[in-house]
Amino acid sequence: MFHNLFEGEAVAEALEIIRTQFPMALWETFYVTVLSTLFAVIIGLPLGVLLVAGEKGGVLPLPPWLMKALNVLINLLRSVPFLILMILVFPLTRLIVGTVVGTVASIVPLVIAAFPFVARLVEGSLREVNPNTVEMAQSMGASPFAIITRVMIPESVPSLISNFTIAITTILGYSAMSGIIGGGGLGKIAINYGYYRYKYLIMFVAVILLILLVQLFQTAGTKAAVRSDKRLKK
Amino acid sequence: MIEIRHLSKTFRTADGTVEALKDVSLTIPDGDIFGIIGMSGAGKSTLVRCINMLEKPTEGSVALDGVALETLSKKELRTVRQKVTMIFQGFNLLMQRTCLKNVCFPLALAGVPAREAEKRALELLDTVGLKDKANAYPAQLSGGQQQRVAIARALATQPKVLLCDEATSALDPNTTASILELIRDINRRLGITVIIITHQMSVVESVCSHVAILDQGTVVEQGEVGEVFSHPKSAAAMRLVFPEGSPDAPVAAREGERFIRVVFNGAHATGTPLIARMAAQEGIEANIAYASTRSIGDKMFGSMLLGLTGGEEAVSHAIDFLTQMPDVLAEEVSVHVS
Repeated sequence: MFHNLFEGEAVAEALEIIRTQFPMALWETFYVTVLSTLFAVIIGLPLGVLLVAGEKGGVLPLPPWLMKALNVLINLLRSVPFLILMILVFPLTRLIVGTVVGTVASIVPLVIAAFPFVARLVEGSLREVNPNTVEMAQSMGASPFAIITRVMIPESVPSLISNFTIAITTILGYSAMSGIIGGGGLGKIAINYGYYRYKYLIMFVAVILLILLVQLFQTAGTKAAVRSDKRLKK
Repeated sequence: MIEIRHLSKTFRTADGTVEALKDVSLTIPDGDIFGIIGMSGAGKSTLVRCINMLEKPTEGSVALDGVALETLSKKELRTVRQKVTMIFQGFNLLMQRTCLKNVCFPLALAGVPAREAEKRALELLDTVGLKDKANAYPAQLSGGQQQRVAIARALATQPKVLLCDEATSALDPNTTASILELIRDINRRLGITVIIITHQMSVVESVCSHVAILDQGTVVEQGEVGEVFSHPKSAAAMRLVFPEGSPDAPVAAREGERFIRVVFNGAHATGTPLIARMAAQEGIEANIAYASTRSIGDKMFGSMLLGLTGGEEAVSHAIDFLTQMPDVLAEEVSVHVS
């Protein structure tokens, strides 16, 4: 299968494509990933807060039917395979972006796929907050809103950073998949040249770049999480 | 003044209901240091949480200066909680904030501007002796220092009442003594009413003026500390006064033996062979039925139970001898459960 990987012709072609198309593809992958993560956090963070604060015995108990609906919605969105989800949200994508193909259009399904995941990650982070600390805030006369914004979220910042790092690397993987329906970036190049035209060398270069991006995000995220954690004695 | 009247609290759990508190009535005068002591599971933590309504009583009333707290709205209750603050066994500091910001926390909740809050927080840290740790994080401090920061935080909103929930239970004896000293100092200087929840006799003995003994959700005895501990009547009180013995027969009394309880409240007794001298000089032979003492520096803390067979005369003689020492209390105790 890979017998022609390093033939002179293949290498020359690959170098040409790497020179002309890769810088743009790398940039597209980068901004799609970052923007999608940002929007996913903007929607997922409040939802994650509601999942913890709104439950019975939480700081802001919500009606049980509402919590049930929220949980079902999140589980539902999380169970649809991303490839199918991309197609399912075409009407929404067209409504927001005006078109369903292209790099910008791929942000919509990415956000829809990622925000329920982010909500669950946020839920996990907030559950790590010591309940005694929350009780302390209540004993000082803190309102539910103050407990959420001044205690629960600030106390779980290191864990949130770790989890957002997981989110960004997962979204990076999804963004590569969106190449199939016309999303731009490294994924598109890997699929178009490697899968459709058997130019495996180009595919490998694209994959290696994706690996490097994941490494970059993960290293930066871990460092930021450790640095932000004041529980570690320095 | 805090008036607790016929307070009951029932929890519903998966396997039925649990009565954590049953018909508790207490009056805690202003400026007092009031101890509530009991074994774990006696309902102490629930009781203290009913005082600031972290737990809603099932029945009964808690009144602070005549205001029934259970009738207040959530919003009104938040204002009250700025005046009835709390410290905890686990300190419960915000671990991602500096000490200064921890002390600022209740001030920010009360709407005090940041700059003013920081100025006040620094003064409070100075009060608890930790001004130099203002910019340190809680994880960099020892347990005792963390509790001092928590005390500074609890004082920030100028409370009338300070609730201490097992505040010294996670600390070593030396640190416990210094935290209790700080609490006593705060009580004296600021006139704050202090309610101390504990399972440790030594805590009640060293700072409290009144005590209530809680057993299985009910107050079995209450009164002045010396009075309650020298004449324990209930089984729960007996267990506290004679921790090593069984509740029914705390010590195996010999024929005609009577007991005196000796309490050391920081007496300079470490260099004195007190019991031996009592035998040599006064001719009173004491049987040490129970002893739990420790020295901190050159001071002695703890208690002892001495058995005497010489009748009334020996008992009063021994008490006179022992109480000559400063910071030593000695009283006859009855060992029979009523």
